Amino acid sequence: MDLIIPTLSQGLLWSILALGVYLTFRVLDIADLTVEGSFPLGAAAASACLVKGSDPFTAILVAAVAGMLAGIITGLLTTKLKIPALLAGILTMIALYSVNLHVMGKANLSLLQIDTVFTKFSFISDDRQLVTLIVGAAATLFLCLLCYWFFGTEIGAAIRATGFNPNMIRANGVNTDVTIVLGLLISNAFVAICGALVAQSNGFADVGMGVGTIVIGLASVIIGEVLFGTKCFWRCLVSVVLGSVVYRIVIALVLELGMPPNDLKLFTAILVAIALGLPLLQAKYKAKQWKEAAK
Amino acid sequence: MLDIVHIAKTFNPGTITEKIALVDVSLHLDDGDFVTVIGGNGAGKSTLMNSIAGTFPVDRGSISIDGEDITSWPEHRRAKYIGRVFQDPMMGTAAGMMIEENLAIASRRGKMPTLRWSAPESNRTKFRELLAPLKLGLEDRLESKVGLLSGGQRQALTLLMATMANPKLLLLDEHTAALDPKTAEKVLDITTKIVGERHLTTLMITHNMRDALRCGNRLIMMYDGKILIDVKGEEKKNLTVPDLLAMFEKAAGSELTSDSLLLS
Ligand SMILES: Nc1ncnc2c1ncn2[C@@H]1O[C@H](COP(=O)(O)OP(=O)(O)OP(=O)(O)O)[C@@H](O)[C@H]1O
Ligand SMILES: [Mg+2]
Repeated sequence: MDLIIPTLSQGLLWSILALGVYLTFRVLDIADLTVEGSFPLGAAAASACLVKGSDPFTAILVAAVAGMLAGIITGLLTTKLKIPALLAGILTMIALYSVNLHVMGKANLSLLQIDTVFTKFSFISDDRQLVTLIVGAAATLFLCLLCYWFFGTEIGAAIRATGFNPNMIRANGVNTDVTIVLGLLISNAFVAICGALVAQSNGFADVGMGVGTIVIGLASVIIGEVLFGTKCFWRCLVSVVLGSVVYRIVIALVLELGMPPNDLKLFTAILVAIALGLPLLQAKYKAKQWKEAAK
Repeated sequence: MLDIVHIAKTFNPGTITEKIALVDVSLHLDDGDFVTVIGGNGAGKSTLMNSIAGTFPVDRGSISIDGEDITSWPEHRRAKYIGRVFQDPMMGTAAGMMIEENLAIASRRGKMPTLRWSAPESNRTKFRELLAPLKLGLEDRLESKVGLLSGGQRQALTLLMATMANPKLLLLDEHTAALDPKTAEKVLDITTKIVGERHLTTLMITHNMRDALRCGNRLIMMYDGKILIDVKGEEKKNLTVPDLLAMFEKAAGSELTSDSLLLS
């Protein structure tokens, strides 16, 4: 019972990462591994700012800008140098590992005794978990609305069209190099903001905290789509957020059932592999049934 | 209007897959010309069209529209002047977006996108009026995703999208080839209607010789990366299939059956 609020708040905080992954994986139709570097980058940038005594909101803003830069680099690698997007993301991710160490000055930065966005709102309640939940929900809602608005504008529509059919949008006069870079920029800003919030919620930033984030994001996106549908863009955004919450619930449950925490990443990877492979397996199964029926 | 001066294109130069697709092509189109383009497989028709649209740079020569040299412009910049419909009905629309979203994008062709709302409801009356003459019932389905439409519906929609922002030049690359005969007929009717009403300068590739003869005011035939035959005006009006075959024989110096040109 006492697990409900922490699980929910983790789900909401991490849904910002899931939204970022959704923007590349589904909207732009690119599997972007920059995420694994921009998440700790956001955490590192925000923590470094906080340690230096800056305001938590400024720290989050700095993290977002850092994420944007990471997205731009991957974008330029793939559009200008024609490096395949997957590889471009890996290159940026690896480079960011060193960058993050520079930003933090060491491998781990503690935020204990330092004012964070969560202590800023501690007047809401004495219950730290409840504050995290409320701040997480507010941040998620704000970013969802921002996303909905932006992707409904002319520029946003051009980015979405790039993901569906780059030929079409080029034939309509849009430079797809620009839309791809923009999409990656926004996605990685989201991911970095998530990193900044998670670091403040956990009380530390760690250079290794990005490992597996892409898979967590994918799991949330896919769970959300399967359970809550993709009827329109707003519905997709809500599904991704709910998917992230369900993912945390599943994790809490399997941990409760006694799975060793060290196996979590293995579990998540298998979950995502099954979910990604499911449509194909379903189609094969149907085709087989069809053949047998025809006999 | 359109001036193509001595352009050439070789794919994969210097490799074993080297292919000379355009040898030395020059072509001048007057305002309002509706040119049908025929020729066998691999004659270079699509390459000519893609060169104009800027899908790839040409090796030599220049292309200009209304006196403006566009040879070095990237594809998306040329789109300001050029509307296109591809052979594949999937190519011209964004399947996952609604009909009205696709139309909204097309209505801004060549303009820098802004932060204004992309598909405001105030567009709808205008879009319905545009779609109604197609008689495909699309005017009542503005909020349907384009992926749900049939190939013919998509091609008609693409045609509308290609022409709604008043292009200086319309490029049609076998845009009815992937459709069943009845639908192809319908899309072609819509094409001639739009092109005629708006006096659009048009290049239309087709494999159907009957269509090539009955549509437009000018006909060119390509062969081996060259324009071999170019007839216009009265001569084009009175042209028949046997005439064309005789002209080809004279120009290419070789025997030819209508079959080998894949012309029906
Ligand atoms: N992107 C490309 N890379 C390599 N070769 C190409 C490419 N595009 C076309 N070609 C080659 O150039 C030649 C001309 O092709 P093109 O597509 O222009 O012919 P076409 O007249 O449109 O024929 P079809 O009637 O079959 O569409 C062909 O030999 C083709 O194989
Ligand atoms: Mg062709």
